[in-house]
Amino acid sequence: MGIQIDLDKCVGCGECLSSCPFGLLEIIAEKVHLREGCTLCGACQEACDYQAILIEAVAEAPAAGDSYRGVWVFAEQRNGRLKSVAYELLSRGRQLADTLGTELCVICFGHGINEAQQLIAYGADKVYLMDAPALSSNQDDLYTKGLVELIEKYKPEIVIAGATSLGRSFIPRVAAILKTGLTADCTGLEIDPETGLLLQTRPTFGGNIMATIICQTKRPQMSTVRPRVFKKGTPDGRRKGQVIRVDFNKQRITSRTKLLSFIDDITEAVKLEDANIIVSGGRGVGKAENFQLLEELAGVMGAALGSSRPPVDDGWVSYSHQVGQTGKTVCPKLYIACGISGAVQHLAGMQTSEAIVAINDDPNAPIFDVATYGIVGDLFKVVPMLIKKLKND
Amino acid sequence: MEYFLNEQQKTLKSLARRIAEERILPVRAELDEREEFPWGIMKDLAEADIFRIFIPEEYEGLGGGCFELCLAVEELSRVCSGVAVSYAASALGSFPLLEYGTEEQKQKYLPDIASGKRLAAFALTEPTAGSDASAIKTTAERVKGGYVINGTKQFITNGGEAEIYTVIALTDKARGARGASAFLVEKDTPGFSFGKKEKKMGIRASSTRELVFRNCLVPEENIIGKEGMGFIVTLKLLDRSRPGIGAQAVGLAQGALEAAVDYARKRIQFGHPIISLPVVQNMLADMAINVEASRALTYAVARTIDSGAKNFTEEAAMAKVFASDIAMKVTTDAVQIFGGVGYMRDYPIEKMMRDAKITQIYEGSNEVLRSTIAFELRKRKARRE
Amino acid sequence: MVCLKQVPGTPKVNIDPQTNTLVRQGIKNIVNPFDTYALEEGVRIKERYGGKVTAISMGPPQAEEALREVISTGADEAILLSDSAFAGADTLATSHTLARAINKLKQYDIIICGRQTTDGDTGQVGPELAEMLGIPFVAYVSKIEEIDNGYMRVKRMVEDGHEVIETPLPTVITVVKEINVPRLPSLRGLARARSAVIPIWTAQELGADKNMVGLSGSATRVIRVFFPQRVHHGEILQGDLEGQANSLIDKLREAKIISGS
Repeated sequence: MGIQIDLDKCVGCGECLSSCPFGLLEIIAEKVHLREGCTLCGACQEACDYQAILIEAVAEAPAAGDSYRGVWVFAEQRNGRLKSVAYELLSRGRQLADTLGTELCVICFGHGINEAQQLIAYGADKVYLMDAPALSSNQDDLYTKGLVELIEKYKPEIVIAGATSLGRSFIPRVAAILKTGLTADCTGLEIDPETGLLLQTRPTFGGNIMATIICQTKRPQMSTVRPRVFKKGTPDGRRKGQVIRVDFNKQRITSRTKLLSFIDDITEAVKLEDANIIVSGGRGVGKAENFQLLEELAGVMGAALGSSRPPVDDGWVSYSHQVGQTGKTVCPKLYIACGISGAVQHLAGMQTSEAIVAINDDPNAPIFDVATYGIVGDLFKVVPMLIKKLKND
Repeated sequence: MEYFLNEQQKTLKSLARRIAEERILPVRAELDEREEFPWGIMKDLAEADIFRIFIPEEYEGLGGGCFELCLAVEELSRVCSGVAVSYAASALGSFPLLEYGTEEQKQKYLPDIASGKRLAAFALTEPTAGSDASAIKTTAERVKGGYVINGTKQFITNGGEAEIYTVIALTDKARGARGASAFLVEKDTPGFSFGKKEKKMGIRASSTRELVFRNCLVPEENIIGKEGMGFIVTLKLLDRSRPGIGAQAVGLAQGALEAAVDYARKRIQFGHPIISLPVVQNMLADMAINVEASRALTYAVARTIDSGAKNFTEEAAMAKVFASDIAMKVTTDAVQIFGGVGYMRDYPIEKMMRDAKITQIYEGSNEVLRSTIAFELRKRKARRE
Repeated sequence: MVCLKQVPGTPKVNIDPQTNTLVRQGIKNIVNPFDTYALEEGVRIKERYGGKVTAISMGPPQAEEALREVISTGADEAILLSDSAFAGADTLATSHTLARAINKLKQYDIIICGRQTTDGDTGQVGPELAEMLGIPFVAYVSKIEEIDNGYMRVKRMVEDGHEVIETPLPTVITVVKEINVPRLPSLRGLARARSAVIPIWTAQELGADKNMVGLSGSATRVIRVFFPQRVHHGEILQGDLEGQANSLIDKLREAKIISGS
C-alpha cells in the first residue's frame, strides 16, 4: 500500500511537479521520480492526466456500519441558550438523514435548556437532553464521557458537531475513545449515493487545497463544521418528535479539570458572528488609533468590527475581532475589508460572505479576486467619504 | 567573496543577520526618530548569546576574538548602525578588564557582560580632550581605601544605559600622560551621575551622555592594572577596537549599497530602470569595489590581531580610516542614486548617510589616525619584509 | 514534552490560473509555526520550575531538521519517530504513534502541542493524544498561571472570553500564539543542535501494531483532492475616489445589501 508511479504511463509532462505541496517530485530522464517524505495527500494523482500515479487504497474489511444507524447533531449551548451553529447543523443534518432514510437526533448537554421543542421544529426526530447544574459550564471531561456513553448505547452512524472551541476540544477526544475517524472544519457534507458513506470535504494548507475524506469502516463517522458554513433552515411548528431526558449520573461522569472563573472579553455592541455587516481592518490600517475610523463606519452602518490577523498580532485590536483561519469564520450579508490584502488564511474566514467590498491601495491585492465591489484607493480617504455619504443621505 | 569562515563563524554571522532582519529592521526607523535606546534588541542579543562572543570561556563567554566581533557588528550595522554601536561599545568597555583586569575583577564583572545582563562603556573623552587625549583633566585622588574621582567625561557611548564603566583619570597630574590610570566605576556609585543626553546627527538609537564625577569614591580594588598605566590601557584598547569600527562602517556601507542597487533596479526613468545608465553603473561599481576592499582590510586586520600579533597599531588605524571614509562616500552616493526620495525620511537611506559621519570622527579621528600611520611609516621608512 | 510537526513553509502560495495548480515559491520545510509557541512555553516552564524539555515529532527523515531547530531554541533533547509504516496517517494513527512513544519515555508531566498545523489544520492530535494516554486535556491555553503540587492553573481562550481552568498533572495542553513570543536560537543552542544525537524510533522500536499506525491505522482516508474554484464576478469601481465611494453606497443600496435612504 502506498503510492506507485507507473513509469509506462508517465509521459514526463511534469504537470504533477507543481502540485506536490512538498516539492518531492522531479523529472529525471523524462520520467517522474518521487523523493522521500510523501504523505499520500493525493494532489499529484489529481494532477496527472495519464493515470500514471496511483495511491493504493487499503484493503478494507467490509463496513461495520450496518448496525449503526442515525444521524446525530451535537447542539452546543452557552448559559442555557443553544448556539446558532446547532441549528445550522440541524438543518444540514435533516437533509443528510432524509437522504439516508434514517432518523435525526440532537444531543444536548447543559442546564436550564428549554429549546427542545424548537429543535424538533427545526427538524429533529429525537432530542436526547442531559440537563444538570454541573453541565452548565462546558467542562470537556463531562461532555466527553457523556457523549461517549450515549454513542455506545445508541450507535449512530454519523455524528456532527460545531467546530467551536468546545467542539474542537472535546469531539476529538470522543473520536479517540471510540477509535473512530473525525474530520475537522468541514465545509461540505454529502452522502455518497453508491456507498451511503458520508463524504466530508474540508480545506487544507490554509484553504489552498480541498480534500474529500471518508471514514470507511469505523463508526460513527464524525465531523465538526464551522459556524456559518451551513444555513439555518426554517422551523415547522407542526413537526413531531421525542424529547428523551437522560440522567446525569454524578458518580459515573466526573471531571478531572475544574473551571475556576470566566472572564468576559466582549465589549462591542454587535457580536461578530451574528452581525449582518462587518467592517474589517488589516495591516493597511497602520496603527491602533486608526481603527477608530473603522469603528466610526461600523457605527454608522450598525456593523460589527472585524480584523485580519496582523492587527491582532500587533495589539491594535483584541483577538475576539479576528476573522480567518485561526480566528472566526463569518458569513455576513456584507463584509467590508479595509487595508486587508486578502491572504488565503483570512479569506478562509470570510469568503462565503454574501457581498464583499474591498478597499486597498494595492490594485494587485488578492482580496480583489473575491470582492464583489473593489475600490483601489487609500482607505483613509475612502472610509471618511463613505461615512459622509451614509450620514448625509 | 569567500572569506573562509569556520562553522562557528558562519553560525554567528547568520544568527546575527537573522536578529538584524527580524528584530532590528522593523524598529530602526522608530528608534532613530525617537532617539530611543534599543533595550529590546539588547535583550534579544543577550538571549542569543551574542554578548558572549568576545568574552573568554572561563568567564561564561564563548571565547571568540576580534574577527567574531567584527562579523557580528557588521551584520547588525548593515541594518542599523546605532544599534550596532550600542552593542560594540559594550565590548569596548569590557576590553580593559579583559586585558588588564585581575582575576577577581574578571570573575566579578565579565559574566554579567557576557550574559548581556549589564552593559559596559569606556570613558576617556572630555571637553578639553578629544584628539588630544592626554589633555584630560579628570582626577582620581588616592585616599584611604580607594580613589576619589572628580571631573566630567563627554560624549560617552552607552552613557546612562551601561552599568559598568571603565574610566581614565589622572592619578598623578605632574606626570602628564604617564600619570593616568584606569578605573572601573559602577552606575549608582555615590558621586557618579549623568549629564544631558546628546541630540545627534546620526546613530540616534545609541545613547551618548556626559559622565559627571563629584567626589566619587571608588574602592581601591577597582583600579584596572597599576597606577600610571591609564594610557597604555587606552592605546591597547583602541587598537583592538578599531577593526570593530571598521566593521561598523563596512556593514553600514553594505546596507547602503544593497538599498541603492535595489532602488536602481526598480526606478524607471526615460523608460528604463536607472541601473541601465552607465553613470549609475559606474557609481555602483565603485561603491561595490570599495565596500569589498574595506571589508577585506578589516577582516585581515581582525585576523592578525586574533593570531596573537604584538603590534597592529598601524594596521588597525588603516582599517578604521579606510572603512569609515568609504562608508561616508558610499552612503552619500547611495542617497544620490535614490535621488529625491533619498532625501525623504520615509526612506531608510538618509539615515545611513547621517550614521556614517561619526565613523570618521570617533575612536580616533581620521586625521589623527593618518598622522599615526605616517609616524609608523617614518619609523620604519615604509619598509616591509 | 513538546510534540511538533515539520510542515511545508508556504511563504507565497498562489494558484496558477492557467493550470489550476499550486505555484510554490520556496518549498522550504519549517517547524509548524504554532508548535514554536509550544516549544517556547515548554522552555519557559523549565526556566521557571526546572525540568527537561523533550521534543518529539513523527515524520519523514527530513523532519530531523525541525527537531534540531528546536534544540537550538531550548529543547534538551529530541526524538524522531520515522518509519515508512507511519506514512499516510490520519490524526488517530498519528496520536496513537505519539502516545506509544510517550509511554515508552514513561516520565512526563506536561505535554504541549500547538493548536493546529498549517497543513492539516485539524487541531485534533492534542486531544486525541490525551485520550490515548488517559490524561486530562485543556485546549487553547493562552497563559500558564501556576504549576504547584501536582496541579496546573491556566487561562484559555474561548470565543467570547477566557476561562481559568485548573487541571491535575500529568496533562496535555494545546497553546495559542497569544501565549508568548518564541525566542531566537542562541549560539550555544545552535552548537548543541549541531552535535545533538537524535534517535530515530521505528514502528518496531515502539512495539507498534502495524494496523494501528500509518495508513492502516487511519480511520479516515482522503479520497479526493481538488483545488477550490474561485468563481468571481466582481467589479473594480472606476473614476475619482469620491465618485467611487458614492457609487459604492448606491450599488449596495440598490442590491438591498444595506438599507436605503
